[in-house]
Amino acid sequence: MRLNIGMAQMYPKLGDVRANLERHLAYVDQASAEQVDVLVFPELSLTGYQVQDLVPEVAIRASADDDVFRALLEASKRLDIVVGFVQEDSRNRFHIASAYLAGGETLHIHHKLYLPTYGMFDEGRYFAPGERVTAFNTRYGRVGLLICEDFWHVSPAYLLWLDGADVLIFHSASPSRGLDRGDRLGGSRWVELVNQAYGSMFTNYVIHCNRVGYEDGKNFWGGSSIVDPNGEFVTHGRYFEEALITASIDLNELHRTRSRLPLLRDERTPLVMRELTRIINKMESER
Amino acid sequence: MSQANTSIAERLKINTNLARTILVGFIADQIAKAGMKRAVIGLSGGLDSAVSAYLTAEALGPENLLAIRMPYKTSSPDSLNDADAVIKALGLPSMTIPITEMADPLFARFPDMSERRKGNVMARLRMTILYDQSVPWGGLVMGTSNKTELLLGYSTIYGDSGVALQPIGDLYKTQVRELAAALGVPEQIIKKPPSADLWQGQTDEGELGFTYAEVDQLLYLLVDERYTIDEVVAEGFTREFAEDVWRRVKSNHYKRTMPNIAKLSQRTIGHDFLYLRDWTT
Repeated sequence: MRLNIGMAQMYPKLGDVRANLERHLAYVDQASAEQVDVLVFPELSLTGYQVQDLVPEVAIRASADDDVFRALLEASKRLDIVVGFVQEDSRNRFHIASAYLAGGETLHIHHKLYLPTYGMFDEGRYFAPGERVTAFNTRYGRVGLLICEDFWHVSPAYLLWLDGADVLIFHSASPSRGLDRGDRLGGSRWVELVNQAYGSMFTNYVIHCNRVGYEDGKNFWGGSSIVDPNGEFVTHGRYFEEALITASIDLNELHRTRSRLPLLRDERTPLVMRELTRIINKMESER
Repeated sequence: MSQANTSIAERLKINTNLARTILVGFIADQIAKAGMKRAVIGLSGGLDSAVSAYLTAEALGPENLLAIRMPYKTSSPDSLNDADAVIKALGLPSMTIPITEMADPLFARFPDMSERRKGNVMARLRMTILYDQSVPWGGLVMGTSNKTELLLGYSTIYGDSGVALQPIGDLYKTQVRELAAALGVPEQIIKKPPSADLWQGQTDEGELGFTYAEVDQLLYLLVDERYTIDEVVAEGFTREFAEDVWRRVKSNHYKRTMPNIAKLSQRTIGHDFLYLRDWTT
């Protein structure tokens, strides 16, 4: 089965949810015209990244009662969309959230698990971390969804793989950093290497949508890409420039690659569980 | 170059195309977010303002960058000529506003004024002129400070540091020189010894007591690579040099931060009233 993926490598306007919603709907129009099946927006695509004290103002409830969310649900009747936003939960905790919307319904909401709070990052100051990582079913197969720092840690992607995800959708607001002599920024190189590693080691598709633009002095590098189950790039968008990047992926490639390379078949999940239990017990006893 | 190390020099080299793309985009973005199309820059004839002018002209179009030369009577004629070479090469609208007749009455009133005080007055007069001209021109004032001088505090607070944006503030001086060559900045500007040109014969390296090649490598290790003083000494820098530079970085930190506000209320600017500078609505 072939599937058309779109990645809206956009420049969200900081703190302006209404303006960003309009941009999302324009991308939906464009992607629909290009026969895209699944359209992925970047992390915090509805709000911008460094929202700081704007968090309570830009947060929305993920339900049809919210005007903005309802407009996105409505748009998802045309094609599946993955959108990034600030979610306020029923007890007023704020999460960096991503929703997979399809056919007017919310199929899945992921809360960012790892909130980088070091160096230039300060997410732990404003947000509550997610507590669950689960794959979910779509009409195109079982999918896993992670946000930026989540895939800098190997465990969430590994768990999604074991939970049945054949397509990993990652999205980011990744700031440019690490200028040296190289052909790419150090930060871009790192992300692209790990995405290629996930594709290779899980024999999965890995879709990565990263934003562009500037917030204060920080630039976001874009370069959204898709890696195939052999670890090769199917497509690689331009760095730094706003664009709708589209590519067709062939889900039958999973069959071909895994026939050749049965890493999933041979994965020893119970062994991992036994050893994890042993390691956790050891950590507990050493406390 | 007694303390310069070729392998560290290699690590300081940059992909100038990437730097140019990000910095040109940054300038265009910042000016647009201010609701403007134009900028004004003070051109000294030196490397930093030349590189900043090239980047800004690329971002906004040369017709939108007003270049102002602000010589004092002791300024080197070469500086004026080198600034003129940039103006001509880029096709910039320009003005020349000498500061001698503004500075001299103040200097005459305090005959004991040191060269350093005079230099600071000149830098602040130039800032005043740039901000004043930015109003009729309708543009932001471009900063031209590099990472080396920002870290060392080799600048005048509210003088050359009084600007709206700092495009080259994360590039060490040697990296600015590498970028200058890629941008096509005139050769004589790239090659001449860096100088604040506050008095005759002044050079940065003479005044600082070390070369940019040396200090950039040291700062790169201490700041970017998070080396300790002991670790940079193990890399071949003398302890005296490393400690002196780090003391200078520390003692000038006030120039890199906003003045402290004494906290009294539940929510205080600078403490827990946290929005980006780009927060525009």
